[in-house]
Amino acid sequence: MQLTRRDALSLGLGATAASFLPLRAMASADDPVAAWIANFTGGTEAGTGGITLTAPEIAENGNTVPVSVEAPGAVAIMVVAPGNPNPGVFQIKFGPLAAEQFVSTRIRLAGTQDVIAIAQMADGSFVQTTRTVKVTIGGCGG
Amino acid sequence: MISRRDFLQAGMAASALVGASGFGNWARLAARQALTQDRLLEFETTGNVTLIHITDVHAQLEPVWFREPEINIGVGAQRGLVPHVTGADFRRLYGIEDASPEAYALTHDDFVALARTYGRMGGLDRVATVLAAIRAERPDALLLDGGDTWQGSYSALKSQGRDMVRVMNALEVDAMTSHWEFTLGIDRVTEIVDNELNFPFLGANIFDAEWDEPAYDPYTMFERGGVKIAVIGQAFPYLPVANPRWMFPGLSFGIRQDRLAEMVQEVRDGGAECVVLLSHNGFDVDRKLAGEVPGIDVILTGHTHDAIPEPVLVGRTHLIASGSHGKFVSRIDLDVRDGEVKELRHKLIPIFSDVIEPDRKIAALIAQERAPYEAEMAEVIGRTDSLLYRRGNFNGTWDDLICNALIEEREADIALSPGFRWGASLLPGDEIRREDIFNATAMTYPEVYRNEMTGETLKLILEDVADNLFNPDPYYQQGGDMVRVGGMGYRIDINKKQGERISDMTLLKTGELIDPAKTYVVAGWASVNQGTEGPPVWELVENHVRRLGTVSIEPNRSVKVVGA
Repeated sequence: MQLTRRDALSLGLGATAASFLPLRAMASADDPVAAWIANFTGGTEAGTGGITLTAPEIAENGNTVPVSVEAPGAVAIMVVAPGNPNPGVFQIKFGPLAAEQFVSTRIRLAGTQDVIAIAQMADGSFVQTTRTVKVTIGGCGG
Repeated sequence: MISRRDFLQAGMAASALVGASGFGNWARLAARQALTQDRLLEFETTGNVTLIHITDVHAQLEPVWFREPEINIGVGAQRGLVPHVTGADFRRLYGIEDASPEAYALTHDDFVALARTYGRMGGLDRVATVLAAIRAERPDALLLDGGDTWQGSYSALKSQGRDMVRVMNALEVDAMTSHWEFTLGIDRVTEIVDNELNFPFLGANIFDAEWDEPAYDPYTMFERGGVKIAVIGQAFPYLPVANPRWMFPGLSFGIRQDRLAEMVQEVRDGGAECVVLLSHNGFDVDRKLAGEVPGIDVILTGHTHDAIPEPVLVGRTHLIASGSHGKFVSRIDLDVRDGEVKELRHKLIPIFSDVIEPDRKIAALIAQERAPYEAEMAEVIGRTDSLLYRRGNFNGTWDDLICNALIEEREADIALSPGFRWGASLLPGDEIRREDIFNATAMTYPEVYRNEMTGETLKLILEDVADNLFNPDPYYQQGGDMVRVGGMGYRIDINKKQGERISDMTLLKTGELIDPAKTYVVAGWASVNQGTEGPPVWELVENHVRRLGTVSIEPNRSVKVVGA
């Protein structure tokens, strides 16, 4: 399968298929990352497998890092950037008419960090994966 | 200078292997016999397909001195593996005798004495002779160029790569991939690819940055010896990070391992019986990739400038490393039958320029391309008492000379010079011509900035570059060697995490520790930021060398390396 950016946009923004919710700051002071995740999972432990997070190993531009998440059968996906001042990046819900549970967008990363993607499955369970994205000053490539 | 017939056989002998360990008998296969062109080219033609690989020429049309690295540290899973083996250890690994021609070609020790014995290496007119000899045995051999071809010399800079494009066209290259090519700017690259280049410019990992759609052909299918061969191109993944992104703003790169796996599947589905990856990833990245993406028969590696006399086998994938600056050409013969590679025979052919006859036609073309610049290039600026070289993880003497020039000419406390792997060497007693200075500096963003930086910022920069070199996962290594530093010493523990590797930063002129809160005057070049202002680095180096007359570089002991 080869998804173009155009397809991804129409997937991500299609009104009947999915709704894209930018997250507002709502985390608790002591552990904002855990708070963001708990807010999504309701405290349920997330498993592994069935979710793919695609992102560059090294960001070409930390201000606009392409990421995509695919989780077949998911009803919602959340992405968290623990190293950002505001770790919650986005949450997306898939309606029953969504042809596939895939989202592609660009996010801003404050620095090198392990980006987290969590998907809520139809049965109420959660799966999670992480991927290290490096944000570097650059230069010196020989 | 020694005559042709007195040369000793460089034992870069053919090694037939499928699944062989790769070590041991490489040099012993060849007894010490006269080093002749015929001996260098001797090869038992095998199978039905021949690949010829050349890479990282860095615009060196003529023979050069090039000293291989003394320090090339591997971390994580790469620790102790080639190409992170140097000097005597390397010679032991491949059974190479000290002071032999192959010791000169492949290792650093005794470089000056051996250089005087065995002469310069490379020269694309000599490469042409090697190509003609291989094509005499296998007329439909595929010639593949791994990139970093259009940058690195005075004439390539002034002609915006035209000299190299014309010579590579004349050599009848079949496909290439890229890295420094893009520092000519996207408009010039497009002009070359559309109008001047006679062969495909491949990059499966080059995408349109806006729509994330492929920007260049990912592969070409060839039919050779009745066999369908797919050559997939992989450009340097970190161009927009390691080089100025604003010079090719519409493009995105990256390793894109999943995309590569898709391409391998696509060419296999399309009937390819042999899959070749023409790569500019760097050796460690390719070694990891070979273990993760099945179905690649041969990876022709590039970028990290390693010359390895035998293939490195990962699963069923053979990794070939063909050096840099025109010093070597690899010949790989394959027996492809029933849709798979049954046998592989390989030879790393060293281009001893005093042994291999120049091809007349290519020599004339090179002279023609150099002619408009010859007078400027030949001007003698000074002389060196020291061996000048760059290659290695930390400062080489060329870097020390550049840093000294930056500090003096820009009245700075500290100088930073990029950890490039390219740049020809000079021997003690050599004249320093303008061309030699450009061989170590020729590129399109040469402005020398003069900034104030806090000690904290300096540490941040060193930590960042160190992680780009010593991150244990090669996919997170950005590509260059360590930034070269003048006027400041430091200690580096390569096995620590980013932020903890660098300590004991010391301002050399006072001997005082660098104060994180204090401000220092820093001069540096090759900034990836748009709008950097200052004189070009070659102008400062030229002024400095002119003033000194004769250059002498003291051994640099200001970097203390721990954990190697």
